[in-house]
Amino acid sequence: MDKTQLLLGLAVALFALGLLGVIVRRNVLVMLMCMELMLNGVNLSLVTFAQQTATGVGAVLVFLIFVVATAEIALAIPIVLLLVRDKRTLDLDAYSDLKG
Amino acid sequence: MIESLLQNLETLLLALFGLGALAGAVLMIVLRQPMRVALALISTMVFLGGIFGLLGVHFIAAFQVLIYVGAVMVFMVYVIMLLEVRESTGARYSKLLLPGLAGFVLLVGAIGISVWRNLPPAKAAAADSAFGISKFSIAFLNEYWLHFELTSVLLVAAVVAALAVIKVSRRSHHG
Repeated sequence: MDKTQLLLGLAVALFALGLLGVIVRRNVLVMLMCMELMLNGVNLSLVTFAQQTATGVGAVLVFLIFVVATAEIALAIPIVLLLVRDKRTLDLDAYSDLKG
Repeated sequence: MIESLLQNLETLLLALFGLGALAGAVLMIVLRQPMRVALALISTMVFLGGIFGLLGVHFIAAFQVLIYVGAVMVFMVYVIMLLEVRESTGARYSKLLLPGLAGFVLLVGAIGISVWRNLPPAKAAAADSAFGISKFSIAFLNEYWLHFELTSVLLVAAVVAALAVIKVSRRSHHG
């Protein structure tokens, strides 16, 4: 049992748990936080690969993911605020008219 | 003697931080209140920062705590407190619970087995060469300057989009 394998397994578990949360939870804010968890799992795998191959590409990618995550949250939160002001609830089932 | 003890301590800490991060992630799925979910996510992120520090990328550990916990999650907690929508007593999970669980098991199984089987052996020098901030910065601004500029374009787009969202909300509020 290698240290790298352990960390990669943890990264897979975090990503899969985040995906599970996005699929099964009904609260919009909880779904957003589960997306952040997925990004964190990817970050862990990138850092692990960077350590294993002794290159810096993984660290650079992690930095870019930080920026993307921040931009995503800065955009997603105002949209959620607008939705909640319209529907008065965080429950996802109330937004089914967004299907179009 | 002390050398091997330190090596064992590092592995032990790594396992502890990993278990903590995993427990936080599981709690995120199970807990009902959004604020508790946010606290579980914050603890997961701090544990991941500890793992990054143990792996030798200290600046990424610092930025993990500064940006994720300090900026993103504080923003999230602030919004949860601002909305103050009491969660209805309805079901916690959507109708997709069983397909979601099946997909979860399939994903973990498929990627886990492929990780387990064939992993190229780590380079011998990998453990010793900690990737310092100066080396990182030089590589960042010499080789990856285009990506750096592209992320700045992305940030500008995010700012413009946030302004547009505010404008839409103001119009719907008045009209």
